Order: sequence, then C-alpha cells, then structure tokens
Amino acid sequence: MNAQSASKNLSFTLKGISAAPGLAQGPVINYRQKNLEVPRQHGSDSGKERPRLQEAIHSSQLELAKLRDQLATDHPSEAVVFDAHILMLEDGSLLSRVDESLAAGLNVEAAWMDGIVFYAGQLESIPDATLQARAADLKDAGQRVLAHLLGEDFEIALVIHQPSIVVAKDLAPSETASIDREMVLAFCTAGGGPTSHTAILAKALGIPAVVGLGEVVLSLQDGTPLLVDGSLGEAIAFPTVQDLSLFHQRLQNARNVSDIELACASDPAITTDGHRVEVVANVGNPQDALVALQHGAEGIGLLRTEFLFLERKTAPTEDEQLQAYRQILDSMASCPVVVRTIDVGGDKEIPYLDLGHEDNPFLGWRAIRMCLEQPEFFKVQLRALLRASPGSDLRIMFPMIASLDEVRCAKKLLKEAREEVLHSGGQIADSIQVGIMVEIPSAAILAEQFAREVDFFSIGTNDLTQYTMAAERTNPKVAHLADACHPAILRLIQMVISAGHSAGIWVGVCGELAGDQDAIPVLLGMGLDEFSMAPRTISHAKVIIRKWSYESAGQLARQVVNLESADAVRQLVRSQSKELGIA
Amino acid sequence: MQKLELVVTNEVGLHARPAAVFVQTANKYASSIKMRNITNGREFVDGKSILGVLILGVGKNHTIEIEIEGSDEVQAAQTVKEMIESDFSGLL
Repeated sequence: MNAQSASKNLSFTLKGISAAPGLAQGPVINYRQKNLEVPRQHGSDSGKERPRLQEAIHSSQLELAKLRDQLATDHPSEAVVFDAHILMLEDGSLLSRVDESLAAGLNVEAAWMDGIVFYAGQLESIPDATLQARAADLKDAGQRVLAHLLGEDFEIALVIHQPSIVVAKDLAPSETASIDREMVLAFCTAGGGPTSHTAILAKALGIPAVVGLGEVVLSLQDGTPLLVDGSLGEAIAFPTVQDLSLFHQRLQNARNVSDIELACASDPAITTDGHRVEVVANVGNPQDALVALQHGAEGIGLLRTEFLFLERKTAPTEDEQLQAYRQILDSMASCPVVVRTIDVGGDKEIPYLDLGHEDNPFLGWRAIRMCLEQPEFFKVQLRALLRASPGSDLRIMFPMIASLDEVRCAKKLLKEAREEVLHSGGQIADSIQVGIMVEIPSAAILAEQFAREVDFFSIGTNDLTQYTMAAERTNPKVAHLADACHPAILRLIQMVISAGHSAGIWVGVCGELAGDQDAIPVLLGMGLDEFSMAPRTISHAKVIIRKWSYESAGQLARQVVNLESADAVRQLVRSQSKELGIA
Repeated sequence: MQKLELVVTNEVGLHARPAAVFVQTANKYASSIKMRNITNGREFVDGKSILGVLILGVGKNHTIEIEIEGSDEVQAAQTVKEMIESDFSGLL
C-alpha cells in the first residue's frame, strides 16, 4: 500500500506539442551529451601532470584510430576526418601552450581545456563555415581527452537494453535515425516543434512523439515509468493505477479502430458523392516505401532523397543512386512516385557538400539554390533518376522554388542530363512529369505563372507555413504560430489549387497538413487532387474522406478561409466532423 | 633560409583536408617551417601545426608567405611549392 500511495503522490503530467500520434508506456532513458566539469587548481606538479596528459592523448588517439578503421571498409574517405582529429591532439602549438600552463602550476585538466578553448576560439573568430566546423571537431576531440583525464566514459551513443521512451533535449536527424527502432517506444523532447525533424521521423517510423515538453522533462531519471500520448501531446510520469487503467482502455480502443481502418486501407478514397482523390505516402527510404504499400498508399507523393546523402563523407555515385531509385520504383510498380531532388541546407551537416554554417539556414543557400550552382553534382542525381525511370511512373520535383528562373534552369539541367543519358546509350521512360514544391510564398502567389512551366504542384505546407508566418519550425517558443490551418495559409493553398486547375495540372499537398484530421475535409473541399502523408496516417485519412461529400467539404472550405485564426478553423471542422461521426 | 610566396588555389583553401595534407608533408622535414597569410594579415604560425595552419584562415586565392630554415630546406621548399602550385595534385 505504501508504494502505491507513494506513486500516487509522485504522478504528474507534462504538456507538450503532439508530434506523432500513438500511445506508449515504458521506462525513461535519457539521451544527453555528457557535460564534463573541468577541475581547476594551481600549484600542481607539472612533472606528474604531463605524463597523465600524454597517456590520455594516446588513449584518445587509439579510440579515434579504431573509429577510423571501422569506417575505412565502407566509407574509406571518412577515415580522413578522424586523421585530422588525431593530428589535432598531437599538435605542437596546442601542446606548447598547454605546457606553459603546466609549468605555471596549473592542473592538467584545466591546462588542457584552456588550450582547446583558446584554439577553438581562434578558429571560430574566422568567418568561415569550414573552420567553425573544425572548431567543433577540436572541442569534440578535446572533450574526449578530458574524459580520459577524469576517468569518465566519453562514448555517448545511446545503448538501449530494454524497450524505452527516449527523452532528449532535441534530436538531430542523424541521431533520430541512428537510434535502435525496435527499442524505442516513444520520443519526448524538451525542444522542437510539430514539424521538427524529430516529429517527421517519428511519424514515418510510427513511433509516438511529444515535443516542446520543456526542460523539466530532462530531469526525469532513467527508469522513471512514463505514459506518453502522442496524439494529445502529453506525458504522465509515475502514473497512478487510475492513469494506467484509463491508458489501457484507450490503447485497446485505438487498436480496435486501427484494425478496422487497416482492413479497408487499400480501397480508394471516394467521397459519398463520388469524388475520388489520390492518397499517397511521404517516404524517406526504401523500407518506408514497403510500409506505405501495406498502409494503402496509392503511390508516393514525396520521396525525400536526403537519405542517400546524409551520414556519409562522400557523395553517392550515380550507380549507387540508380540502385536505390530502382529499388523504390520497382516496389511501387506502376504507381506514381514523386521524387524530390536533394533538399539540404545549413541545418543539415553534409561534409562533402561544404554547405557551411549559416545564421539563417532556412532562408539560406539550400535545396535547388545550391543545386543550380553545382550543376555537375546535381546532374548526377538527375541522370540516376532518368536511368531508373523505364517501366515506372516517375515524376521529378524541384524543392524551394522561389522564382521562374529557377524552374527554367532546373529544367534545362534536366534536359542536359537526359541528353547525356541517351548519348551514353541509356534508356529513359517516355513521359516523366516535372513539377515543383510550392513552399515559398512567392511561388504560391505567382502560381498562375509557374503553372505554365510544370506538370504539377505539390504544396509543402510545413515550409509554406514557416515562411508565411515567419515562425521557425524548430523553435518551440513560436510553434503556436506555425499552424498550417491558419486561414492565411489556407488561402494560399486555395490560390495554388485554383491556378493549377486553370492550367490543367494536378495539385497535391505533401506537408504534415495533408494527414491532419482537421485539414483533410478543407483540402478536399478546395479540390485538392493528391494527399501525401506519413504512411501510417493513410488508412485513417481515407476513412475521413469517405465520410464527407465533396459538396459539403466545398462549403466548409469556403467558410474556413473567412475565419480569423487556426483555432477557429479547427473548431469549425471538428464540430462538423462530429456530426459525421468522425472522432 | 628559403622564402616562398604562393597563391593557394584550392577551392576550400587551406582548411580541412588540404591543411592536414600540408601539415603531414611539412612534418616529413627537419627544417622549421613558418608561414603567414598575406591576404588577411594573420601573422606567422608553425607550419607543422594543424591548428596553426587552420587559424591562418587561408581561403581560396589567398597569398601565403612561407619561411623554411634547416638542413633540408631546399628539398622542403621545393616539395611545398609543387604541392601548393599543383593544388595538391594526387594528394587529396
């Protein structure tokens, strides 16, 4: 009884932002980088301190060499990066600076870190992105040596031995991707917004996630029992017996509903009055494509190709890319597959592209802007896509288009790539549609002009919202502004759909909005042709579409664009959905 | 003493890999190797130190001055000159 009443006292609920739906129960595991304290004292005996440093550097270099050798087999050119780390640790300038401090009687930990901080500062003072990255390398290597001096573990990779709920400050794309999927029950992060990378990846993986829970979530100790509701955006620590029974009831209900929905997932999405729309998937790699098919996807509306480029030290070759595209196109048979050309910028680290650090990466040199300036790099991807096209319904989409010139340049490069493939005896499918992402307000506003240049539009609502509302999607403090249901965004979407239809081209949405329960009837009513969403939301989206008539959705769409706020839009949609029996 | 004035034509300057290759090469010689960046005015550093070379902030088309002094200064100067002038041909 004591334990029970104690747990009752401890129970508390954390409110965050729903990032990926679903329910999870399990122990907390903290994913955080160790912050090592640097002890500092004067009057140390340099004769004793120096050999300790030597030993710590030597052990660190051995570890780095091991890392290098592990990578040498699969990614030979990655090894060089670790060579640079090894060199930095035995650097003459650094060591003589450290020696001076040691001679003055400073303890070795402080002397070492002072040297590291000094040179990192020197590097950071040069306005060059590569050197900023080298400064980070130096600090990283310096921390490794410090850990040895203190007798602590440096390796921070998260090893999960039992299924757990991962709690973190925020997760970088590579971190989320490298986490063992089988062992992760849910993600809970202190920072991040509903369209942060954590959210998108979690949704794709079918893992519940709550973001923006605030720093307090980081205080949960490893092993703390936690209930996570990804749909409501909340987490309950030390749940009571009542919390648990309520949770299990909801879990059972959710399972029943999703079983029913999955059973009819592959049926088409047709409104009660016979209007059919396409429901397709956003996927990020070949495995996702298979999941998408299982969940009733009628094609792929957005294939993000970044998976080919991330987490490696050299660019993928044309043949490597060809193989990956073929695998996906083959698995989708004759279904349409919209492939978005590489979309990276200063917020993602890609060593071989030398993208550099930017103060404002979302407004910077990214995606098509970078590709058009590196035509040889870009054409490798285009040729690989063209070569993969025979026998499939490949559609190529250019991201981050702001001006008509960009579309024309990209099409010109595509034409060159086509000639190069044909010239070398390659085969290309007879017809390949070419379209653009509409995610920059300028493209939405001038949709009429853009429509003459392309075969389709796909509206990227995450970025369109971020750019229209001037609210950064990874900043929890402004996350409430970045709701794509805002009438300002809905009006832009309506403009794009109308402009597309006047020009006789199809229009889709491939942002999170397409799978948003509240937005689906609105988009349907606006005449959207294609809904592209995370695979696991497809069956539910189809259920919603089947309950509406095209006519009443149209009325709803005309009403919402005259409302004042995203909340008002959601309220109106929810009240009408309820009448149709949609929970 | 050998004195060189060279223009670095490498796309990324003397950052990252080119810097590491430069330092590795410099360390093969007994002579002391000092260098400075004439373009941005950053003063002499140890050319055998990776951090030293990096903090010169040598970008594309920067002019650097190198002073080499010691028993093998002639060979060292020739190697360094060829390496920079050929834009690290075959070494990256």
